[in-house]
Amino acid sequence: MKSPDFEYVKAKNIEDVFASLHTYKDSAQILAGGQSLLAMLNLRMANPQILIDISGINTMKGIEKLGNTLRIGALTTHNDILNSDLVKLHVPLLAQAVPYVAHLAIRNKGTIGGSLALGDPAAEYPAVALALNATLIIQSSKGERRVKAHDFFISLYRTAVQSEEVLIAVEFPLATSNHRFVFLELARRKGDYAMVGLAVALTMDGKTIRECALSFMAMDDKPVLAPSAMKALTGQQIHPESILLAQNALDTDLDPPGDLQANALTKKHLARVLLSRALMQAGDSHV
Amino acid sequence: MSDRCMHAQFTVNGESVNAQVPVRMHLVDYLREEMGLTGSHLGCEHGVCGACQVMVDGQVVRGCLTLAVQADGKNVQTIEGLSESRELQQLQAAFLKHNAFQCGFCSSGMLLTALDITKHHQHASRDEIKELISGNYCRCTGYQAIVDAIESVLHANLSSPSTQSGVKV
Repeated sequence: MKSPDFEYVKAKNIEDVFASLHTYKDSAQILAGGQSLLAMLNLRMANPQILIDISGINTMKGIEKLGNTLRIGALTTHNDILNSDLVKLHVPLLAQAVPYVAHLAIRNKGTIGGSLALGDPAAEYPAVALALNATLIIQSSKGERRVKAHDFFISLYRTAVQSEEVLIAVEFPLATSNHRFVFLELARRKGDYAMVGLAVALTMDGKTIRECALSFMAMDDKPVLAPSAMKALTGQQIHPESILLAQNALDTDLDPPGDLQANALTKKHLARVLLSRALMQAGDSHV
Repeated sequence: MSDRCMHAQFTVNGESVNAQVPVRMHLVDYLREEMGLTGSHLGCEHGVCGACQVMVDGQVVRGCLTLAVQADGKNVQTIEGLSESRELQQLQAAFLKHNAFQCGFCSSGMLLTALDITKHHQHASRDEIKELISGNYCRCTGYQAIVDAIESVLHANLSSPSTQSGVKV
């Protein structure tokens, strides 16, 4: 199908964006890489009055180590992240997740900020951000505010970004040698949206799990943590019994809606399978 | 059409375009309908099938997920231009040899992904080739012939790097 008609403005800098947002407010839509938005326009799932194209704002691109965090500009593309040694070194969970993000041509244009701001529950970056409780940097003409990932994803395609605000960067905490990370995903075709996905971040004390984050994709209207399973694993070592306890705890944590790809029961089963695989993988990776 | 238009200036296969472009028109519709370049195809029109791929500033992109106005200031190459420049010659010959064209609908998009593989993933294994072309749907070859063709070009280039440009020496 063809997109509905809209106005278009190419922003030269962030001030341009705020000026346009102030004029058009909620009827405006920010265009970053466009790899979800233009599809949604072509499918007529979106009907903005104006697109504000921010893709030319170079200050919003790039990956840099900043104190105890790795800061990634919102317009950094999937391929930039895939090829980044800084990401591999400091945010291995993100490095593990990027190969699951879309396909070659889409990775050339799609951006991390676009994906996070869209807040698709079946997308990889939101689940990774949640597992690591990353910090989302949101800017408006009034200044900057920082929102933790735990408070950022609100519901389907709804995030903490308000009208007249722009997500400009995300900061991930740096990995240490005590951390174990695993990202796993099941999809009909690798690169497509997940049937179920899981981002695991463990802080180890020797062989014992000191802290644990399990972040699931495509199991709710936003990426979700599994608090009961996380509690069940905390203080435990990774062995078949602790894995089984955590799997059983998922029953209270997850209540997925069925979708075109799988019904709710199948998804719950696959979540158990992924959790077991992920924990065994984490247990196998020694210091 | 009462669509809003905007001025844009870009090059397509080396030819400069200086035109009023309907804002909501995506790049492939512009190439096909305004320029008669019908080698880039429209399958799904929402980024899933890959038949619409073109190069923008040397990077392969989905033409249906790029607005024509976004090409402003950029260099666009299509299957027509890349065939004429012979950049694709080696791949096209390999596709023919391995029977990797059947109905041909996916071929232009597939060749552009293949070109990216020969440029940026010279050492890709067979499994990696499969993964790299997984963003391009083909509904008739069963993919094996396409993977064979791309693999044969990578092997040929590794054993004799001088043919890497696609132009025979």
